[in-house]
Amino acid sequence: MAGRDVRKMSTEEIREKARMIRLETLRLTDICGSGHYGSVFSMAEILAALYYRFLHVNANEPDWAHRDRFLLGKGHAAIGLFPVLADIGFFPEEWLDQYTRFGSPLGDHPDMCKVPGVDFSSGSIGHNLSVAVGMAAGLRRRDSPARVVCLMGDGEQAEGQIWEAAVSAAHWKLDNLVGIVDINGAGSDGDPKDIMNTEPLADKWEAFGWRALVLEDGHDIAAVAGALDQALNAPDGRPTCVLAHTIAGKGVSFMEGGWEWHLGFLGPKDLERAYREVQEGTIG
Amino acid sequence: MSGAGRYVPQPRAPGMSYMDAEMKAAIDLSESRVGDLEDEASWDMAASLGLSQQLTTGRILRELAIEGHEELVVCTADLGRPTQVHTFGRAYPDRYFNFGIAERNMIGAAAGLATVGFLPVISNYSFFLALMGLENIRNDICYPGLNVRMIGTHSGIAMGFYGTSHHCNEDIGALRALAGLTVMAPCDGNAIRAAFRWTMEHEGPIYFRAGRGRETPVYEEEPSWWIGGSNVVREGRHATVLAIGNLVAASVGAAGLLAEEGIELEVVDMYSIKPLDRAPVRRAAERNGFVISAEEHNVSSGFGSAVAEVIAEEGLHCRLHRIGVPDEYSLLGPPTHLYRHYGLDAEGVAARVRAALDDA
Repeated sequence: MAGRDVRKMSTEEIREKARMIRLETLRLTDICGSGHYGSVFSMAEILAALYYRFLHVNANEPDWAHRDRFLLGKGHAAIGLFPVLADIGFFPEEWLDQYTRFGSPLGDHPDMCKVPGVDFSSGSIGHNLSVAVGMAAGLRRRDSPARVVCLMGDGEQAEGQIWEAAVSAAHWKLDNLVGIVDINGAGSDGDPKDIMNTEPLADKWEAFGWRALVLEDGHDIAAVAGALDQALNAPDGRPTCVLAHTIAGKGVSFMEGGWEWHLGFLGPKDLERAYREVQEGTIG
Repeated sequence: MSGAGRYVPQPRAPGMSYMDAEMKAAIDLSESRVGDLEDEASWDMAASLGLSQQLTTGRILRELAIEGHEELVVCTADLGRPTQVHTFGRAYPDRYFNFGIAERNMIGAAAGLATVGFLPVISNYSFFLALMGLENIRNDICYPGLNVRMIGTHSGIAMGFYGTSHHCNEDIGALRALAGLTVMAPCDGNAIRAAFRWTMEHEGPIYFRAGRGRETPVYEEEPSWWIGGSNVVREGRHATVLAIGNLVAASVGAAGLLAEEGIELEVVDMYSIKPLDRAPVRRAAERNGFVISAEEHNVSSGFGSAVAEVIAEEGLHCRLHRIGVPDEYSLLGPPTHLYRHYGLDAEGVAARVRAALDDA
């Protein structure tokens, strides 16, 4: 499988898009009253690099047959995906103002039937990699240049179905499939390594027949872009899994590195602090 | 198929004989690599699978593919042979996905295939498909409303002595609760053919509940097949059995027994479980003052429960007699013995009809 064109987006431009993702997550959580800050902040650079530099999608034709697919296995981070889809033009930005309100298409988890640009619904952890396997197999049979990317959580690696999917993707040599694991060390009950340790993940993915690319700093935009470029545009006949080491809550000092802000809410004074830190900070 | 290694054909329902079935093998017996056996009582898996005459899935899907349905792909989880779709895989190897024993992955991947324009057909034992895979069917196929066909075979107690773990008396109850899912029960090989052929254009997921393929055939040719439809397979005025699956043939058998006693039994194949055809329920209730449902499923939550909902909602003042497996874990044993025990054969249905008439 050959690669696809890479858009010329500078590190600075990606950084600003990641900042937008964090700012919008703060704003939308304020509308909802609850949000997965930590889960979004850890993947912000990865998501920004994917959508603004690598993925081939068309907001004017959301069902374009040869679009690259993106599946958010860790669906609870959808609050960070929606602002990107709106920014690209899949739906009006005003939709964001009604996030999670009664009748809104935008909920805590993405719904493919309601939200243009969402390639598959998620919410049940561990499902999306299997769906991605089916998509990748089908797209290959259609001789499509489309790639399939599934972003998973580190806690999600404890789901047995992940490994069923891993086996099948390797068996069918789906090198148009890229998995990304956002290793942010935060789950509902704490650090997944303490809850149910699935490390060493790189060894596991390699043993399951995948090419494992370890991304030491998932907030280093150049490094993120390099790993994604290799995964998407330099396939080696195997599916690829990018193991991205990230920091939960990255960008807001009092949220960083803990599981506590996996889910939460900020009152006005703390929200102001968080806004200021995200606005003034320089990540990656 | 006893552990002693000797196959003794079990008493069976009237209809296709063991030898008839063997002569019309569903699969290519040349697949067997056993070679000449010294004892005619010996048999191997290829010969056993050849008895599943009524599992016509692979054959109808090949025909549909030949007719130009390039969107058809088949998924199974190491049950391509027992559910009789491996012939499709031999004809179309790049449209056949065998996931190994990983049902939940299979269901998710089928959903993925559906999103890129294929019509995946999942063929697996009903238990491992509908019960193990319930949450995946719900979230990956039904919630997004994807075009996927599922055929769960060996439903009910058809797995006999393979054990209660393999019995599936709960799939109707579980799947009936999934919004947007059509649930249908083709009762024989011709019904399976019709089921696939006449739902090709349907938008949305469908679950077909099938048997193990050794059922007594009901239809001599492909029956009419509508979502929300039913077929009167035998007319009669004294009582009506609304039946699905194996119980259609059993009820036809019961009608034959009862005819000798002057009782004319109507038998309706209620193949569309969800949505359910309400007209036959209403007709039976109003004409006879009672309704009999018959299924190879737990009477709690199954087809009979769906009939009960119609009776209650429509204010049909009548009794409902539900034939099925009681709300308990089924015994193991040869299937025909189990059918006799649970009253799911012709004699059992006839007895319940007599009792209902006495009670009316």
